[in-house]
Amino acid sequence: MTLASPVMPRPKNGRHASSSPRWLLIPASIGIALIVVPILAIVLRVSWDEFPALVTSPSSVSALMLSLRTAGASTVLCVVLGVPMALVLSRLRFRGHGVLRSLVLLPMVMPPVVGGVALLYTFGRQGLLGESMSALGIHIAYSTTAVVLAQTFVAMPFLVITVENALHALDPHVIEAAVMDGAGPTAVLRTIMLPLIMPGLISGAILAFARALGEFGATIAFAGSLEGVTRTLPLEIYLQRETDPDAAVALSLLLIAAAVLVVGLAGARRPAV
Amino acid sequence: MKRLLAFASALPLMLLSACASPGEPTDAIQVFAAASLTESFTEIGEQFERDTGVEVSFNFAGSADLAAQLDQGAPADVFASADEVTMDRVEAAGLVRTTPAIFASNTLTIVTPDDNPAAVEDLTDLAGDEIITVVCAPQVPCGTATEEVAAAADVELSPASEESAVTDVLGKVRAGEADAGLVFVTDASAAGEDVQRIDFPESEGVVNRYPITTLESSQNPDVAAEFVAFVEGEQGQAILRDAGFGRP
Repeated sequence: MTLASPVMPRPKNGRHASSSPRWLLIPASIGIALIVVPILAIVLRVSWDEFPALVTSPSSVSALMLSLRTAGASTVLCVVLGVPMALVLSRLRFRGHGVLRSLVLLPMVMPPVVGGVALLYTFGRQGLLGESMSALGIHIAYSTTAVVLAQTFVAMPFLVITVENALHALDPHVIEAAVMDGAGPTAVLRTIMLPLIMPGLISGAILAFARALGEFGATIAFAGSLEGVTRTLPLEIYLQRETDPDAAVALSLLLIAAAVLVVGLAGARRPAV
Repeated sequence: MKRLLAFASALPLMLLSACASPGEPTDAIQVFAAASLTESFTEIGEQFERDTGVEVSFNFAGSADLAAQLDQGAPADVFASADEVTMDRVEAAGLVRTTPAIFASNTLTIVTPDDNPAAVEDLTDLAGDEIITVVCAPQVPCGTATEEVAAAADVELSPASEESAVTDVLGKVRAGEADAGLVFVTDASAAGEDVQRIDFPESEGVVNRYPITTLESSQNPDVAAEFVAFVEGEQGQAILRDAGFGRP
């Protein structure tokens, strides 16, 4: 049934199945198999008898709680900083706009481990800002704060891009009308724009949360790995693999389940653009 | 539709297997070796190639990763592990052809950034919270050794991070992001001038042994055995000793 979906008629924009040649089914199904088969393989690997014990071991629970806490915190940071970024990028036109927009999206295409190394050279003890921060008694490396920073760094573009798209889809007349009625910029933002982009904002936040939850490379390079402090679920999986592959598989399934949930939620909330 | 699906899922495999040509069975072997052996085994491989004309290709990774690959049917002729536990697991899975033999050993040492900013002198210094110490997690060989050494010396370590690879420990010390780390002597040697090495007496009590064996999956068991003998022989041992490995 999944096979047919790429060429299913989409009545909304009037495209029909006949517009896609049938031979596209072959590469399309190879592509689907490439994604579905490995996920199936890991599900088949799970030892269900041990599953409850494996995912409730103290180190697993500690990693899961840390992951939820840090991903939650970085999602809040993404929203607080990312919505203003999206507003600036979509409403203002200035010199260097295109460059700035590309820079903001950079963490999305950059290898996360490179992001981690970059953060280390920024906030590390010998880093650009780290040296003066250490003088003030602020130590970020090896702390949960470092995990949140790494996650925010990689997840931010997902929020910015989704909110920006939602802002572009706004009807300019609605805003103009409000301004004509004498509403100040802040009032327009609060009472008109934010409620209208809310579905986009929520799916952006869900995507950012998911990206933060799965973050590995930047975290291991920047924050280190210590149970309860910096060892999030992906790091725990990476470590468990050394001695207890069954536990690694069980925890992987947990993250896959989270991903499925996220795709479902974000998909259901996708605004009609 | 079913047939199409079967074809579609088989196609990538067919494409992939087309890339892996069978190769010449007589003059090439594949060696799976622990990451800590990268420099010395590369050199040993070059010497072996010069002496015998056999082409040696390597797969260097964490011992547990290599064991998992072997378990999944990766074709290899020789396996050299960084610890006996991993080798025991591979042996228990029935993947070895000959009884594994110890060919090298390694002990732990303290490394600090080259200027030793925290003035670390011995293992007891690493117990304090004011010194940022980075060690290996107990799940990996260097972490197991770290736990044993700390217990033997009766020192309670308070690490800032427990890395999953010894190279990550070294990396954090090299970058000056840690005041001290516990790594193997060979890792400290490889880092050269970038780090200061501080030996401590308790390290002698915890020796990490490296076993090597030929594998059941070997297409070329005679050449594989020849390579193992070369590693155990005079030339191989000299190279390992230069890299800082101890005697088996």
